[in-house]
Amino acid sequence: MANCGCNDYSRTQLLRRAAAQAGQGLPAIEAGMPLPAGTGLTRRSFVSRATGLALSVYGAASLGPKAFEHGIAAAAAQAPASDPILVSIFLSGGADALTLLAPTSAHPQYAAWRPTLALPAGQGIPLTEDPSLRFHPSLGGIAELYGEGKVTVMPAVGYDDANQSHFTSRHYWEVGEVNPWGRWGWLGRYLDHHGVADNPLQGLALGWDLQPSLAAHDVPVATVGQPDNYDFWTPGVWGEVQDKMLDAFGDLGDPATSDAGLAQARTAVAATGRLRDQLAPYPGGFTTPAGVTYPNGDFAGRLRALAAMVDGGLPLKVVAIESGGYDTHSNQLDSLPGDLLEIGNSLRSFQRDLEARGIQDRVLVHVWSEFGRRPEENGSGTDHGAAGTGFLIGSKAKGEMVGEFPGLAVLDEDDNLRNTSDFRGVYCALLEQWLGVDAAPIIPNASSFTRPALVA
Amino acid sequence: MDPRTKAAARRRKRNTRKAQARCAPPRKRRRKLRRQACLRRVKPRRSRTPELQPIPPAPGSPPGFQLRSPIAVYSGPFGVRQAERLLWRAGFGPSPGHAQALAAMGLHRAVAALTRPDGPATLTGAEPTDGDGNPLAPEDAYGHDHLWWLDRMVRTSQPLVERMTLVWHDWFSTSNDGVGQQSLMLAQNELFRRSAFGSFDQLAHDVTQDPAMIVWLNLNENSRWSPNENYARELMELFTLGADRGAYTEQDVRNLARALTGFDFEWSDELGMYDFRYVPARHDNGSKTVFGQTGAFTWEQGVAMCVHHPMHPSFFVNKLWSYFVATPPSDSDRHALESLYASGGYQVRPVLEAILLHPDFHTGPRMVKPPVVYVAGLLRMLQRSIDGEYWIWYSDGAGQRLFYPPDVSGWDDSRWLDTSTVRGRFDVVSQGLSDRYLDGDAVDNYDETETPEGAVAAARAWAGDPNLTAETVGVLTAFAASALAGAGGWQLSTYRGLRQNALRHLILASPDYQTS
Repeated sequence: MANCGCNDYSRTQLLRRAAAQAGQGLPAIEAGMPLPAGTGLTRRSFVSRATGLALSVYGAASLGPKAFEHGIAAAAAQAPASDPILVSIFLSGGADALTLLAPTSAHPQYAAWRPTLALPAGQGIPLTEDPSLRFHPSLGGIAELYGEGKVTVMPAVGYDDANQSHFTSRHYWEVGEVNPWGRWGWLGRYLDHHGVADNPLQGLALGWDLQPSLAAHDVPVATVGQPDNYDFWTPGVWGEVQDKMLDAFGDLGDPATSDAGLAQARTAVAATGRLRDQLAPYPGGFTTPAGVTYPNGDFAGRLRALAAMVDGGLPLKVVAIESGGYDTHSNQLDSLPGDLLEIGNSLRSFQRDLEARGIQDRVLVHVWSEFGRRPEENGSGTDHGAAGTGFLIGSKAKGEMVGEFPGLAVLDEDDNLRNTSDFRGVYCALLEQWLGVDAAPIIPNASSFTRPALVA
Repeated sequence: MDPRTKAAARRRKRNTRKAQARCAPPRKRRRKLRRQACLRRVKPRRSRTPELQPIPPAPGSPPGFQLRSPIAVYSGPFGVRQAERLLWRAGFGPSPGHAQALAAMGLHRAVAALTRPDGPATLTGAEPTDGDGNPLAPEDAYGHDHLWWLDRMVRTSQPLVERMTLVWHDWFSTSNDGVGQQSLMLAQNELFRRSAFGSFDQLAHDVTQDPAMIVWLNLNENSRWSPNENYARELMELFTLGADRGAYTEQDVRNLARALTGFDFEWSDELGMYDFRYVPARHDNGSKTVFGQTGAFTWEQGVAMCVHHPMHPSFFVNKLWSYFVATPPSDSDRHALESLYASGGYQVRPVLEAILLHPDFHTGPRMVKPPVVYVAGLLRMLQRSIDGEYWIWYSDGAGQRLFYPPDVSGWDDSRWLDTSTVRGRFDVVSQGLSDRYLDGDAVDNYDETETPEGAVAAARAWAGDPNLTAETVGVLTAFAASALAGAGGWQLSTYRGLRQNALRHLILASPDYQTS
């Protein structure tokens, strides 16, 4: 922000500038760019082994042969089967820490702060590492994985002087620093350092919007609302002309321009053309291993697709999914358990799916929220708080609690839960221990944060 | 039963329905149409709607009329291209002939025609229907709220009134996901419409006691016995002052929440939520300290203190400016507009007119059209009226469902375009052209001598000659040349017909057309 008065700008304006600059930094995708070599047999077995979708692929009338060949070749050549994948699950709205992990009567203030919302004694699943905390019954799916040593629990993760604005606090978590003027997502910065210039799937948001944590400066990232339905309808155009038309649509994104708004549009169009190529193997849908079932709903559907995409060898590095509904100012008992049940059961299904496919060691899931909620209820709900609950889930999760539960006897200056671990330290540890890269260029002041042991 | 419990239950039901319906209708329709098109024997059924009349600009001021502005005014030529941008950013794009008519008026009269419309708006053209020939039921039928407003955007004679209504909808972002009663959302929409150019002071007052807002940000649950901070915080953070500027403290949030206590409503099975009112007995009459001032502030005083806060004008000017210009104002321009705004009693119109006249508006970088603006503009250009519920899903797929902003901070204008929404916009064009493409004899007997350049020129003219860059014309021409490669015999005509359909589609889905 060269010419201002930075703090005169809203977040929207900041992000608008940021996106415009990202557009300028993105490379053009050139038509006719040579395909990676040596993938003939691989791509054939890739399709059949991964999803059994070969027939569906050939039956997808709107996808031209060029897009199909290109998509398989790019995916097969660019995804070494051992690369770790980090999945970021954002529970937006501020998930209530004292519901996710309900204190027992060992914390006598709990009943006093929560006269109507407290989880009754005897309910919930106690944590072996701290029996004064109980997984909410609706999180039985996560508790089950915890019992198998596949869940690292962070009972009070956050940062000091917590900001109680949704937008500011999630922004901090997204950019990986306590800085309202940060412009790039921390996962986006990881990709800027360790990603490639022509693979939007390396940073994938599964959902209808790009997740800001993925906002990268130099490299493309992608969003997919429905991974199994990325074809294009072209009324009055078919056959060879249609193949060339859809290629030309991506080509419209290629030319460089000094106009930031136009650059943003062209970058998105070019990335769309590229993604269409990459998803060519999946137009017919995904198959799930026998014995694995998922709950209904968008969230579970996205995890189900993700497992198939990882197994299919698509070149993913970081994946972000948002699931909302946690801003429970009112009616908390009416809405929160159902949302937690969906999340917990879906994540358990995802883990079982990965295990059935034998790829469970490649994926680590990080569950977070922008803050926890205030210990003192407001009637039927809770207001914005500070420290919240986080989970790391996966076969390679170390399974040791990070930071202890701070208790309710002493709260922070705003009467909120105190943090006992810092999200930036968690990010540093994920980068170093899971993704195997130096955190220093990615997380500002990385050396100042304590790294918890997260990976087995 | 607690009314909120009921609302939440209905909300969940609706969300499930929404998730199921999100893509189903278009997909089904798409498969059917594609199959028909591929077979080439079955003509798609054309339910061409009655043509709309070109919408005349509102009567302008006399020739030579000059608007006032305390900042620089654009002094370059004001032709069709400038009028086209003005109509896209301060409205929903030109209907045929509209940009030419506006250009003939000159800059000042053109802006005034938008900002100072005469009398009530008129809606020209066919009334919207649900696809089965029924009129819309915007208060009752799911999604008809969206169709009702989209139709106004398409057919109104006062596009800037609707565009400012959209600005306020984003600014005081309220979602029916949390409100759960379309009649309340439509009442709020009328508030925004009648507040299009008026006093922001009044608007902030009115929106605080607006029923949809009361439900959305839990003002009814904010009582002297159990304060709920939701509205107080967002009033300062998102509506009037902005976060992280030092304009207020956490103590101000809590004290302002106490000043805003007292709203309530009733619930009945027949009426839903009704009888929204202020109940003095629910109000905290105690002393509060807000922004360093102490008193037994009422809710009206609490709201006014936010608007009269010394840091509000800069927030207002920056935010309003950002809806219309891609780059931020210079410090001196911003200060001049802050003075104009604060000294003029917080009136919106003078600031808006100065922004629309400013050189940065006319010569600065392009802006991405919001999805609903893109959809409405396409329909204006095509002279198509709303003839089915599918427009709900196409708008949603492109990233914007009216009355359902993502959260209380509104839509993120910097992130309209990604690989999902670009495809969604492509689909919007597919649907827009679904009853317009060349078919049958028009394809089979297409002029087999047409050159690539001629094909591009014909498609541009058909699409209303939108402002395309030379690079885009280059890509289109290269495609037009390649589309005929290797063709022979019957293909020489037919492929040229398909090529014309493809070029029209590509123009309307191009990055150039997605920006203005």
